[in-house]
Amino acid sequence: MNNASRVRLILLQALVLGAVVAFGAWLIHNTLTNLESRGIATGFAYLERQASFQIGETLIAFAPTDTYLRALMVGLLNTLEVAILGCVLATFLGVAIGIARLSSNWLVRTLAAVYVEAVRNVPLLLQLIVWWDVLRVSAPAPREAWLLMPGVFLSNRGLVFPLPSFTDGFHWDIPHLVGFNFAGGHTVTPEFAALLAGLVVYTAAFIAEIVRSGIAGVAKGQGEAAAALGLKPWLAMRLVILPQAKRIVIPPMIGEYLALTKNSSLAVAIGFPELMSITNTTLNQTGQAIEAITLMMVVYLGLSLATSGVLNWVNARAALQGR
Amino acid sequence: MRAIVWARANLFNGIWNSILTLVVVVLIARGLWEVVQWGVIDAVWSAPDGRACRALSNDAGACWAFIGQWNRFILFGRYPYDAQWRPLLVVILFMVLVLASCDRRMWRAGLLAGMWIFGLAACFILMGGGVFGLAKVPTDLWNGLPLTLFLAVIGLAGAFPLAILLALGRRSQLPTIRALCVGYIELIRGVPLITVLFMASVMLPLFLPAGVTINNLVRAQAGLILFYAAYLAEVVRGGLQAIPTGQYEAADALGLGYWRKTSLIVLPQALAISIPPLVNTFIAAFKDTTLVTIVGLFDLLATAGNAITDPEWRGFYVEAYVFVAAIYFVFCFFMSRYSRNLERRLAR
Repeated sequence: MNNASRVRLILLQALVLGAVVAFGAWLIHNTLTNLESRGIATGFAYLERQASFQIGETLIAFAPTDTYLRALMVGLLNTLEVAILGCVLATFLGVAIGIARLSSNWLVRTLAAVYVEAVRNVPLLLQLIVWWDVLRVSAPAPREAWLLMPGVFLSNRGLVFPLPSFTDGFHWDIPHLVGFNFAGGHTVTPEFAALLAGLVVYTAAFIAEIVRSGIAGVAKGQGEAAAALGLKPWLAMRLVILPQAKRIVIPPMIGEYLALTKNSSLAVAIGFPELMSITNTTLNQTGQAIEAITLMMVVYLGLSLATSGVLNWVNARAALQGR
Repeated sequence: MRAIVWARANLFNGIWNSILTLVVVVLIARGLWEVVQWGVIDAVWSAPDGRACRALSNDAGACWAFIGQWNRFILFGRYPYDAQWRPLLVVILFMVLVLASCDRRMWRAGLLAGMWIFGLAACFILMGGGVFGLAKVPTDLWNGLPLTLFLAVIGLAGAFPLAILLALGRRSQLPTIRALCVGYIELIRGVPLITVLFMASVMLPLFLPAGVTINNLVRAQAGLILFYAAYLAEVVRGGLQAIPTGQYEAADALGLGYWRKTSLIVLPQALAISIPPLVNTFIAAFKDTTLVTIVGLFDLLATAGNAITDPEWRGFYVEAYVFVAAIYFVFCFFMSRYSRNLERRLAR
């Protein structure tokens, strides 16, 4: 490359960078002017102020007298809780459906295909709202709760299930009716149950497709060789096919886990107090939209980068070592 | 005879599979029976109001009378009732444009661009009115299905040129431009869409000079464009990476400059490869338009949610959401089938 064109390219970059910086400065200038004329405070001092709102569901203690910062921590922990639980459950369901998609039984694989198509082609937000309405409107009061499994009840107060208890020896703390509600066991609110169910059912359909194409991507000879060794189909799947499919499957799975985490922000529509909902309440109360939204975006971005960082490390370890 | 052979190979090969088949048949039959009983046998097809509907079905069946009563509202929202042939025409026009664009014989840049610009202009005139004797209708009354289609189509059309620039920028030799594009794409892909929409609806008014206001619809649309651009850019980048180096070298050897090399040699091939994954992104984008409900726009999902709060027809949420889900399903299923077909045909 000759000198003249190199100078031209440097000038071009300086021009683009200058334009971006100027545009940013213009935005900041406008924002400051607008904030001043509307009398909105700036800065992150609000984080230290008293939040004065209730949060229905918390992993750490929270009272309305606590600060906005602590409220955000509560929200972040709720996001993490639903994201981690959701990823684990969606993986189990998705792998099961992905394997069912390749079943030699026509009915089973058709049923799995119907599940995938039906779930993938309907917006997640619609599904979440329906789950929530099912729990709020259609689910019965605790007295007539649906018995899902022995000890597991679903009612309009949420999902109750037994917990192991270790006070005076091991026993199960089984939920039972006291008056109009359940006592004992562990209760999951309708909001949390709806959000988790919606995210798991939705993401599992995508994971199923990834698993299916991952299994299909393992060379056919591998399955035939396993059969020739006398391995039963199930053992061949577990010992030969799945370990190899795992390598193909991990990178797109990372994408689905990230998507699930980001999709948990739709909880704002059904009122589960995770990061997005808490931010929404905060910005409505303080009016400090810029700080609140920026903080939330930074946290989500950090969460995404951290998740993909960890999972990429896992992927690098699982990948076939080239020689 | 062939049916028996097929059934033995696909349903009854081995004792376990036979048992599984029988169990699944029983489960499906029971499930289907319940759905048919609820949706057809015990369903009520016409009733004056919600209470009558419940009484007629003994609370056991669907109340399709609700859809009969409310389908116009769910589809078109608060758009003036007597003028609702206009949004209906817009929906049909959109479908014709999409179907026409699916035909490979139409795939000429000039033809497609002309068709869409002309079509969109017609849609805007039909929706907004104010000319040709059509009464003026403000954008806050553009509700329901037409709004969903507008948001998706304009969002994608607006994002596409931006996405191409971002993808080219990400593969650029110039470090500053590459860094800017990578930063933008990863920032947007790292945050949920709803945060971008919130930013657009709450922060955008603060970004503009004092006195300039933009309405809610334009704000949400801007948010969608900024968001889609990052995802489309990654798809286009995938196409760019699939172009063999020889193509670049051949273009260089012909003495073409960067822009002519890109626009004449690289982009046409890269975009052709990217079409199936692009359609998949379109499906995701179409479903994602529902999030505008949260920032207060009245799209198809919001009109359905609003219809079920009517005091006379309260609580028919299953009917309403089945109706809306069916509409989303038809659009998305069609696109995904099309993408799969195309992939198969392009691979040949």
